[in-house]
This record gives sequence, C-alpha cells and structure tokens, in this order.
Amino acid sequence: MATLSILAMILAWSILAGFADPTELPGPWKVLPLAASEIASGELLRHLVVTLRRVALAFFLAMTIGMVIGLLMGRSRETDRWLDPWLIVFLNLPALVTIVLCYLWIGLNEVAAVAAVAINKIPTVVVTIREGTRALDRQLDEMAIVFRMSRLARLRHIILPQLGPYIASAGRTGISLIWKIVLVVEFLGRSDGIGFKIHLYFQLFDVGMVLAYALSFVVVMLLIEVSILRPWEARATRWRRA
Amino acid sequence: MISVDIMSKSFGDSAILGPISFTVAPGETLAVVGPSGIGKSTLLRLLAGLDSDFVGRVEVPARRAMVFQEPTLLPWRCSLENITLVTGTGEDTAREALAEVGLDQFSGRFPAQLSLGQRRRLSLARALSAKPDLLLLDEPFVSLDSALVEEMLLLTERLLASRPIATVFVTHAMDEAERLATRVIRLDGHPAVVVGEQP
Repeated sequence: MATLSILAMILAWSILAGFADPTELPGPWKVLPLAASEIASGELLRHLVVTLRRVALAFFLAMTIGMVIGLLMGRSRETDRWLDPWLIVFLNLPALVTIVLCYLWIGLNEVAAVAAVAINKIPTVVVTIREGTRALDRQLDEMAIVFRMSRLARLRHIILPQLGPYIASAGRTGISLIWKIVLVVEFLGRSDGIGFKIHLYFQLFDVGMVLAYALSFVVVMLLIEVSILRPWEARATRWRRA
Repeated sequence: MISVDIMSKSFGDSAILGPISFTVAPGETLAVVGPSGIGKSTLLRLLAGLDSDFVGRVEVPARRAMVFQEPTLLPWRCSLENITLVTGTGEDTAREALAEVGLDQFSGRFPAQLSLGQRRRLSLARALSAKPDLLLLDEPFVSLDSALVEEMLLLTERLLASRPIATVFVTHAMDEAERLATRVIRLDGHPAVVVGEQP
C-alpha cells in the first residue's frame, strides 16, 4: 500500500513535469541521474554525513533535555508552575529567531548550529513527556514504594515503559522537525551539509540539483524511520499485543 | 513484632480513623473487617508507609510486601520478571515462588495473557518472594467467583503456614477472615474505631 502510494506520487510529479518548464520542474528522469552523479562523485555522501551528524546530535540533546524537564514538570506541580511560562515563550519563539540569535551570540559555528536546532525542539518534547508523566499509573508507583524498588529500577521498569508511546511520538515528530530546521540552519550559516548545497543551487537557480539533494535526504530519513524507529516502537509495545 | 497506635487519621476536615491500637507477632495473621468505606484500606496504607499524614505511631519492619486489591503488575513484563524486577530476588527463587502458586507453566506470559485468578496468584507470589517480615493483604480475593476464592484461601493458608510472617489482612467478608486469621478485629463508626475483637 505504502509503495503504491509513493509510486502514485512519483507518477503525479512526472505528469506535472511533462507540462512544466524543465528548468522550473524537472521530472524524475532528470533528477535521478543528477543524484546518481552526485553520489558517484562522493559529494552527496559527504554533505549527507555532515547533516546527519547535526540531526543526530540535536536530536539526542533535545530528547534528553526535553525528557528530563518534562518528567520534572509532570511530577512536581511546583516545578510546573515555575517553568510553564518559559515553556510557552519557547514554544512560540519562531525557529528563525532562535537560529539567528544563536549565530549572533555563539558565532557561526557547529555549537550554535546544533544548539539552535535543539532549542527549537526541546519545548515540544517537554510538552509530550509532561503529558505522559501526568498520566503515570499511581498504583504502580505505590507498589514500587512498598516493595522498596530503587529509583533507577523504578525509572527503568515502571516510568519509562509507561512513557514509551509518548517518547516514540516525541521522537517521531522530533526527527522530522529537526531535520527540517537543520537544513535552515545550514542554509543560513554553514559551509557544508545538505542545507548549504540547497542554498548554493538556489543561488544558481538549479532546481534539479535542489531536488536531487532534498529528495536524497528524504529517502535517508525514510530509511531511518523504517529500519530504526518502527522496529524499536514495535518492540517497546510488544506487550500490548500479547 | 509490629505495633500500631494510631490516634487519628483525617482527610481534610473529615476524620476517618479514630484511636486504633494493636500488635501483630511474627507468624500471626490479623484480619481487619468492617463495612465498605469504613477506612480499612486507609489503615493498611498507613502500615504500608504509603501515607504518613496521621497522628499516632506505627512501628513496622522495613521488609514489607503487599497484595493490592488490584493485582498491580507490570503489564510490559512477563510473570517471572514481575517478580525478579520488583523484589530484586533471583530467577531461581522467583521460579520456585511461581511453582508454589501453580504458575510455573506461565513464567513467560505477560499479565494480560493471564486470567484474573492467575494475576492474583502472581501478585501473591511476588509478595512472598520479597521475603517480608510484614505482609499486607488488601481484599485480595475481591471480584473472584466462590470456587476461586476457596482455591485462593487454601493456597494462602498453605503459604502462610510455612512462613513466620506477621500478616495484616483486610476484608469485608467475615468467613474469609475467620478462615485465614489467628485474630480478627472489627472496625466501625465515624471515625472508625475497633468495636470488636475475637481470637
């Protein structure tokens, strides 16, 4: 079904490209050879790796920090009251503003790039994990107290499994949001990565190359979804189907 | 020996428990009976250390275990892990405990794959695996049919007979209390106090 739907999308693109100016919308038959030549030259892979590293770093930072803050806010009403106004400010801060300010304050470097992406994502992770933490089963908590389970054991065996679906949801929306922001960050202030290449070909008005780079990255993100995220989610929710 | 000397326990302005005192020796089973909503479970929560907001004194050993009204198992772990991860006991001991309650064939099953009766037996096996000095049972046979209640009573009787555990057993069914307990106290009134005791 999914394959059929993707084929239909490619078909629609091909039909549109048949009518459009080939410099404005080149068809798949034009973009594919471009991507292939960029892969063969090693250029695509080099920039892909750079972008993926930024995505991975920002994802790890955003998920870790977001989960800790979300857990604290979900567990303690006092912390929630303190941090809630901050959360609302950061949720409503446009990605572009964070990126520009990070570059201005930290400098045009890797730290600023990764920080800008992570700061954009942390608030949404916090919101999801806070919801999950509020929904934790109190009876299991009390059971753990009576049986004197250690804090670590409670986190591993009681809290995290209940947060599993929330973490998966934060992770899934996280990874799609993060890679989009990473591209903007690279577009605005890096000299490598997929976003940088898109910027370059945008200035040359080379739509074919813009599509070749963008679509290659989409394919990689789809592969990550299918080969890592889905199997992990299936494993984490195995007990539900038992 | 556990020693309980509660003066009062309230929720807001409403007093739930009045003066209640008793002791339970190792190997002894004390049943607490009384009508629903009288405060039996509240009393048990004080003994379990789940609620410290009361006036009085409760001296209980550190090694406690509880069988809750609902089996309160980890749905994402199999039967065996429900014992090992919660009580910290080894796999062999956990398997023995499962065998004792007749669940040795079900060690790899998730709680959702067990019947209510089996889940209650697992909950009992988990409590005993913790090797407690004080065992708290909160209506452990509620919502089971009479044949299963009988089966659970026999099992619990047998398991407790071989262990020197002080047990406090809350129930609203007098016949269950008389079967299992060495001593029965009855709570009644508002706030609840001990209105009767029989050996």
